[in-house]
Amino acid sequence: MERKIRILVAKVGLDGHDRGAKVVARFLRDAGFEVIYTGLHRTPEEVAMAAVQEDVDVVGISLHSGAHMALVPKVMKYIEDYGGDLSEMVILVGGIVPEDDIQKLKEMGVEEVFIPGTPIERIIDFIRKRVPEKKEAKRRRKHEA
Amino acid sequence: MRLEDIIKGLENGNRRALARAITYVENDYPEGKEIMKRIFKKTGNAHVVGITGFPGVGKSTTVSKLVQKFREKGRKVGVVAVDPGSPFTGGALLGDRLRMEGLDVSKNLWLDPGVFFRSMSSRGRAGGLAAKTGDVIRLLDAFGFDTILVETVGAGQSEVDIVEVADTSIVVMMPEMGDDIQINKAGILEIGDIYVVNKADLGGAEKTVKWLKSMIMMDQEAVNILGRTSHADEYAVESGEIFERMKRGKDWVPPIITTVADKGEGIDELVDVIEKHFNHLKSSGKLKERRVRRISREVFSIITEEIRSILVNERGSKFREVVEMVVNNEIDPHTAAEKIILEIRTSG
Amino acid sequence: MENRKIEEVKKERKKWENSCLTPYVDRFGERNEMFETLSGIKVNRLYDPADVAHLDYLRDINYPGQYPYTRGVYPTMYRGRLWTMRQFSGFGTAEDTNARWKLLLKEGQTGLSTAFDFPTLMGIDSDNSLADGEVGKVGVAVDTLKDFEILFDGIPLDKVSTSFTINPPAAIILAMYVAIGDMQGVPREQLRGTIQNDMLKEFHAQNTLVLPPEPSVRIITDIFEWGVENVPKFNLISISGYHIREAGSTAVQELAFTIADGMAYVEAAIERGVDIDKLAPQLSFFFNSHNNFFEEIAKFRAARRMWARIMREEYGAKDPRSWWLKFHTQTAGCSLTAQQPLNNIVRTTIQAMAAVLGGTQSLHTNSFDEAWALPSEEAVRVALRTQQIIAFESGIPDTIDPLAGSYFVEWLTDKMEKLAWNYIEQIRKMGEGSMLRGVLKGIEDGFFVKEISRASAEYQRDVEEGRRVIVGVNRYTIEEKLKIPILKVDEAVQRRQIERLKRIKAERDNEAVKNALDWLRNSAENHENVMPAILEAVKAYATEGEIMGVLKEVYGTYRKPILI
Repeated sequence: MERKIRILVAKVGLDGHDRGAKVVARFLRDAGFEVIYTGLHRTPEEVAMAAVQEDVDVVGISLHSGAHMALVPKVMKYIEDYGGDLSEMVILVGGIVPEDDIQKLKEMGVEEVFIPGTPIERIIDFIRKRVPEKKEAKRRRKHEA
Repeated sequence: MRLEDIIKGLENGNRRALARAITYVENDYPEGKEIMKRIFKKTGNAHVVGITGFPGVGKSTTVSKLVQKFREKGRKVGVVAVDPGSPFTGGALLGDRLRMEGLDVSKNLWLDPGVFFRSMSSRGRAGGLAAKTGDVIRLLDAFGFDTILVETVGAGQSEVDIVEVADTSIVVMMPEMGDDIQINKAGILEIGDIYVVNKADLGGAEKTVKWLKSMIMMDQEAVNILGRTSHADEYAVESGEIFERMKRGKDWVPPIITTVADKGEGIDELVDVIEKHFNHLKSSGKLKERRVRRISREVFSIITEEIRSILVNERGSKFREVVEMVVNNEIDPHTAAEKIILEIRTSG
Repeated sequence: MENRKIEEVKKERKKWENSCLTPYVDRFGERNEMFETLSGIKVNRLYDPADVAHLDYLRDINYPGQYPYTRGVYPTMYRGRLWTMRQFSGFGTAEDTNARWKLLLKEGQTGLSTAFDFPTLMGIDSDNSLADGEVGKVGVAVDTLKDFEILFDGIPLDKVSTSFTINPPAAIILAMYVAIGDMQGVPREQLRGTIQNDMLKEFHAQNTLVLPPEPSVRIITDIFEWGVENVPKFNLISISGYHIREAGSTAVQELAFTIADGMAYVEAAIERGVDIDKLAPQLSFFFNSHNNFFEEIAKFRAARRMWARIMREEYGAKDPRSWWLKFHTQTAGCSLTAQQPLNNIVRTTIQAMAAVLGGTQSLHTNSFDEAWALPSEEAVRVALRTQQIIAFESGIPDTIDPLAGSYFVEWLTDKMEKLAWNYIEQIRKMGEGSMLRGVLKGIEDGFFVKEISRASAEYQRDVEEGRRVIVGVNRYTIEEKLKIPILKVDEAVQRRQIERLKRIKAERDNEAVKNALDWLRNSAENHENVMPAILEAVKAYATEGEIMGVLKEVYGTYRKPILI
């Protein structure tokens, strides 16, 4: 049986705009992924716990409130605290993020940031490519170790 | 994660190990089979409660309230929520987790270490469950959860797989569900150990309860007649169903509980009745009976799966040969089958 | 036009189609198979007198300031007074917002509009852990009356009107504004402004959710009841379609759901015993203005006509002022792109023109860098200038409702009205005759959420598959690196706000706060109007979180059932 890619689509913080997250969740499902949507107003701890329990391959954080610099690192920290492996998980951010923040987030380990207007097809292709890539890279590292 | 780490993690109560084990099992990795073999001895302790019903009746909300109540009683709760996955695209939108909220919004079930929630896609399989739901339940059982809630969608005639995995099956309905015949055909009237009429604050709840009562009574009578005439054997796979219904009907009349799940009304009663049922199963010996029957079916289905696999993989060409012969009117289907079976029996 | 002439026209059209049009189309083709508005309304090649023959000028259109107000609520419209240029703003602390306001007033803005940060919108204090990272980010942080004192320092409440985009804690913010007015010595009857105060649309789309639907409506009705007696010039609600549209609905849904919500509020007020003719002038509406130019204009005109008919025929309002639908418009945020941002200036201009041609009472134009972050000073200025150029250079406001009589616009206005009525009747049925129950039931069942979700998914699919062009995004794209100055919010804002809060809590009379909160709890539990107690609490420097906390205790906290 082929392993399905599992994606957590998460809305963190107080921002109530879920149009983008819901539309992306639908499109990802139609692309053949298993999508778990967290619903609104989740804290970083809750998102992290869900990511670990559901053993997702991708965590997609949707934010329109400008609070990404505070909230995204928290999510990542809690994923590690709860036993998740960031070297395997692909962390993505979607929403309104200024150019230099994109750089900073990537330095923190976010794989890619998708701003509004990005064709969803691009997100899908990115996931399809990057998830197996990351797993393969880890396997190779373990082998060499 | 390495196999040994996972096994050790499962023993130590490591959440991530459990999550990874589920992934391996769900995707049929060889590690998965190995893990199942190793943990099997630890299974058999949890109370597995299945919750099924048509979409929109409030299953997820009910599950969420049950989780909270069981936690209040000090039980560790595992939840498996199965949602339909598209047989075409293979994708699924798993939206049960987000309904998990206790009545007290400040008590966070997402972060509670005594709760584990896993969403699964049915991956196009009919019946309401995913192929590996049973194994996933066993993993949660072996991990140490006292109560395991399994939520599935029951929307059609064949969506009754829940009985395959659950000790207690709960069917959730709501008032004014429309076509009574639809519900009758759906088979869900035959599987419930407990019936819940949710959204009982809507008009029509009493009517639904009355109708359910009469259905259950008719079923009881039918079962009594069946009991007097049937010689079903609990170990026999085919008659297992009938045996189940006979035995079920005799000592436990499925209670009907009305609830307004999102207000938390009726949940205490429901929890009570769930525990009563489990005690009844244990004291009457039915728990063992059911497990015998279920495991007969499970082992049987693994065997048939293996045979099918042999036919397709090892004997593929011989199988096609033989089918050709039938198509060309050289032999008949029965002879064809005999040929293959003979070959399987005599080869090593 | 009499029937005979209409028949002639129809005949002539057929002739034209056969002899003139068809050969041309056969030779040169048309750009698309079908043309549709954003609501999926099929748009024909053209419209002629036959298409509007069923309309009667005096009955359906009439003159501005006269029922059913299709051409405008005032007889002179912009010839008498231009629309209010009201730009939404606010960020960081109250000092920063106060400074930006003084700048805007100098630049010619004629009304103030406040954006609050997320914690304030949700009734959460800046020192709460849930507020971490969000303080002052998307708007101004308000925890106590002190923040309002700073916000309105040097701003005379008898000379400006202020609108507040606030929903669950609207009662608290209104109380704070009234308290400032009291402090400045301005009589309450002179206070002008608006609180958005529309919880129904939060449940449909915007998701700023704290209390469950019924208590939310209860508190809004308390505000109505108290407001008509105490602040008669203040708009007590801004019944909104803007957010519904931003969530992905079509123009028809925006129109229908907004009107439905309006009807629900009116019914709640009537049930409470509020005099409908007293309340109606204090109701206002808030619409989106999106890209499809004529559809938007038709939407605004249809809204006015529908509301006039509803208030007069259905709810029996006697005073003609009660039949007026007055609205504020904001150009569509969701239509702006991050790619080639200067294009957004053009989009905003088209949308602003539609709003003016639609007869809006006040207008906010978005800034071109809105897709990235809160707008920069330069971008805000351009947005304001857009309105000013339309007002003074284009000639558009010099005649009233210039598109009246256009075959297309009148046909489309009528069409949108009919489609919206379908939804309203559907909702009315869900409520077994009551719009209030219908809307509440729709919220419970997820009716609105599902409709909007479906529309937004369809729209996205159209975009992804190229059927809907978004210039710069799925056509005419370039490789780009952006150089717009991005306005970033200082992370120290949160720290400062928390310090201020600590000081206030130490310096205030905590006994008075406790008494006020107890009074509030009592009022809420005994179904008394909560406004007096909230006003008392606010004056004692109780925090937003403390006041909301009492309401949450009594009414419970709400978790939205999510449906995708």
